[in-house]
Amino acid sequence: MTTWVFCEEVDGAPSSSSLELLSKARGWGDTAVLYVGVGNDAAFAALGAHGASTVHHLDTGDALPAPLAAAALANLVEGASSDLLLFGMGSTERDVAGRLSARTGSPVLSNATDIDPTGDQVIVTNEILGGTTKVMTAATTGRVIVVARPKAFSAERGDGGSPEVVAVEVPDVGHAGSAVVLERHVEESDGPDLEAASIVIGGGRGMGGADDKWESVTKLAGLLGGAVGATRAVVDAGWVPYSLQIGQTGKTVKPDVYIACGISGAMQHLVGMKDSSTIIAINKDAEAPIFSVADLGIVGDVHKVMPALISALEAR
Amino acid sequence: MKIAVCVKQIPDPATPYELDPGTNFVARPDDQVLDDTDRYGVEVGLQLVEEIGEDATLTLVSMSPSGTLQGIRQALAMGADRAIIIDDGSLRGADALTTAKVLAAALKEDGFDLVIAGTESTDGYAGVMPQQLAELLDVPSLSFARKVERDGDKIRVERQTQAGYNVVEASLPALLTVTSGVVEPRYPNFKGIMQAKKKPVETKTCADLGVEPVSQQIIQSVEPIPARQAGEIVEDEGEGYLKIVAKLEEAKVI
Ligand SMILES: Cc1cc2nc3c(=O)[nH]c(=O)nc-3n(C[C@H](O)[C@H](O)[C@H](O)COP(=O)(O)OP(=O)(O)OC[C@H]3O[C@@H](n4cnc5c(N)ncnc54)[C@H](O)[C@@H]3O)c2cc1C
Ligand SMILES: Nc1ncnc2c1ncn2[C@@H]1O[C@H](COP(=O)(O)O)[C@@H](O)[C@H]1O
Repeated sequence: MTTWVFCEEVDGAPSSSSLELLSKARGWGDTAVLYVGVGNDAAFAALGAHGASTVHHLDTGDALPAPLAAAALANLVEGASSDLLLFGMGSTERDVAGRLSARTGSPVLSNATDIDPTGDQVIVTNEILGGTTKVMTAATTGRVIVVARPKAFSAERGDGGSPEVVAVEVPDVGHAGSAVVLERHVEESDGPDLEAASIVIGGGRGMGGADDKWESVTKLAGLLGGAVGATRAVVDAGWVPYSLQIGQTGKTVKPDVYIACGISGAMQHLVGMKDSSTIIAINKDAEAPIFSVADLGIVGDVHKVMPALISALEAR
Repeated sequence: MKIAVCVKQIPDPATPYELDPGTNFVARPDDQVLDDTDRYGVEVGLQLVEEIGEDATLTLVSMSPSGTLQGIRQALAMGADRAIIIDDGSLRGADALTTAKVLAAALKEDGFDLVIAGTESTDGYAGVMPQQLAELLDVPSLSFARKVERDGDKIRVERQTQAGYNVVEASLPALLTVTSGVVEPRYPNFKGIMQAKKKPVETKTCADLGVEPVSQQIIQSVEPIPARQAGEIVEDEGEGYLKIVAKLEEAKVI
């Protein structure tokens, strides 16, 4: 069995999900990567260090990559009787996983928090009903596609050397492959990387608005050297970019301290932050579900508690 | 232009979900509601129909037990013209690929120029079905759209990415998946609710569509995850911030 890991290039480097998945999979035997992007030696070396034996490199230029990458992967695994194909939860990753499943008739097990290929079966664990219930599912076919949650596994370098790099020709899939990327925009945010930060200040709709209403979130993050995160309600309202969204459809964070400010604690938000070591919540509603996971809950107005906290920290 | 919106009926998220002890599938009551996520797709479809005018129609496509059709009526009341429901006992607990095969067969039979779906559903949130569908229909997919524009027979979207967004374009036929930030869905008005009762709803089975459900996965076990212990909850009387300072000191981050 070969374990395939899908890797999308992000800022010239392998996606964090691909390094996490390779770290998990390298103990199982042969590992191969389909790398989609411009490509460079440092990126391939990083994949090798995390356990990739072979990197198949596909550069789709300005075409939207998913249909092309799915066709390329289907060609690469054709003929093999069993394969495990691993993906992260990002948009392109999910697009390729879905298309590959339809192309090869293989099932997709999504939202995986653990993957266990034992014997001739692959058992995938996921959490449903807002992370309250654990389900283990076995795939009954030889070729299985798994989409794993971010940070389900930690990325750790192994003792692998540089991988063999093989160029993959861009397949022709006709009209299905005809979507093109016209512009690329990066929405920068200041401060440390949200997923790596040891302190995260999460802001919710209770902050009341963008700009000056939101300012104490940014200020508090600045003072503590932390990163700013947000709920989907806030992202949808356009107060902050999607790259700050934490939760089921956003990023997963596990900082030392998470401070939830004006966040109700919907289950879709909780799945993205409930594994933080210490959770502090400020909410004016004593019944807010966020308090059920908080180590310290302050029932109060964010516009009173946060400025007081900021002054106290500034005075230190 | 023929627009189809894939909508899911789900048990009301406001009520606690129960698993059928025999199969471990989520129990599906007769009364199911429209997945809130799919109101965005319906709204995007309706706005396109209004922009194009008389030549455009909006059909809902849903694989679900038809039950009372409460969820489908909600979407019809928003303004969709008609609905196709695939209801077949053999589809209970169907996996995403089976769902995609069933919807693809119904869409091919009915015809479409644009298919719209949500990025992930509220109850299942596997988030891969629309891409399986796009592949089976052999069309490009403009996924994770947070803004949608039409330009003749081209659709252009702002596609959400990990780092920001890309502007992406494809010509029809195509599939679109929309995020919840894309538009503000309308609430049905009284007239819409009355009209919805008379709009055509066709029901089909797997045999009608020539699809045979296969399942390639088995649930092995289901167990509760121990809940995190709640800590100290205090009412702020002006001193709440001191508690936070103390907690930050305890966590050794200040
Ligand atoms: C399929 C799907 C996926 C989703 N994915 C995500 C996801 O990835 N991430 C995510 O976050 N959400 C996600 N959601 C949305 C989620 O269900 C909630 O709607 C969202 O998390 C709510 O955000 P919020 O807490 O900011 O807003 P609200 O739920 O509106 O809560 C605001 C809170 O602020 C409090 N408040 C108001 N004013 C003040 C004040 N002055 N001081 C103190 N407190 C105040 C209120 O008491 C309230 O508790 C998803 C939903 C679906 C259906
Ligand atoms: N049974 C279904 N019938 C119609 N559309 C569906 C069905 N299941 C999923 N979808 C569509 O696919 C999207 C993603 O759902 P999911 O793959 O369940 O996360 C939903 O928002 C719907 O638009």
